[in-house]
Amino acid sequence: MMEIGLNHYLVLTTILFAIGLVGVMRRKNLLMLFFATEILLNSVNISFAAISHFYGDLTGQMFAFFVIAIAASEVAVGLGLLIVWHKKHNNIDLDTMTSMRG
Amino acid sequence: MFEAVAFYLFAFLTISMFWITVTTSQALYALTALAAGMIFISAFFFILGADFLGAIQIVVYSGAVMALYSFGMMFFDTTRDVKEKQGNKAIILGLSTLAAILIVAIFAGPIVSDNIHALYPVIEGAGNTQQVGLVLFTKYLVPFEVAAVMLLVAMIAGIVLAGKKMDLSLTLMDEEEIHLMNEEKNKKVLS
Repeated sequence: MMEIGLNHYLVLTTILFAIGLVGVMRRKNLLMLFFATEILLNSVNISFAAISHFYGDLTGQMFAFFVIAIAASEVAVGLGLLIVWHKKHNNIDLDTMTSMRG
Repeated sequence: MFEAVAFYLFAFLTISMFWITVTTSQALYALTALAAGMIFISAFFFILGADFLGAIQIVVYSGAVMALYSFGMMFFDTTRDVKEKQGNKAIILGLSTLAAILIVAIFAGPIVSDNIHALYPVIEGAGNTQQVGLVLFTKYLVPFEVAAVMLLVAMIAGIVLAGKKMDLSLTLMDEEEIHLMNEEKNKKVLS
């Protein structure tokens, strides 16, 4: 109980990932959906750092860096698109974005 | 002992902050709870000895990403309550089953692959930042450069999408068109 091992970190990241999935499933507002994806990416980052620590390998930290870079560029492009959509349609609800339905 | 106390404290704080983020109906509460959760996550990186990653987490997430989100929220109406999705029960059930299978895979992974070995082992006698630099600029140099190009593309995309009149190019327009555009702008300012 007092000795923190790899499994403790994996349980924590699983809980955080589940919270992110709950957010992705129940949110309608696209900005809130972006927040949920940030939670998903961060929980994966923790597990990468934990595995890197407990196996004495630096590859996990490298992957965490690239995940952070991808998250930052995702936010920049996604928010730009969101602003364009909001200027055009005056709302950011997911249900109104069904124009590409096949 | 202290490691365990810090782990449980920050685990509790992170989980509660992210739970607030996904359940609250106020966009501002969600934003501030997310920022707090990001800071608490950097504590895990410091506990795990990944000092550089923790510093990057604070700088990038609480600095850059949160600033971007708060600028974005100025464009949207954030005082209104966020409506929730009344989703299809079958889809939610299916996705939950998928998530459960994913959790089993996450736990089974480290147990199955017990013969894992370190490709780039931790270098003795160097700090975390030096180690990161040594590995990043030798083995991961090409992905690093590709990530830099990707960030540049994302920056240009963000500027073009969010800026005003970014679809016009002054270098591709004739002199007369530029003259007309400037006159229109002056009229708008004067009126």
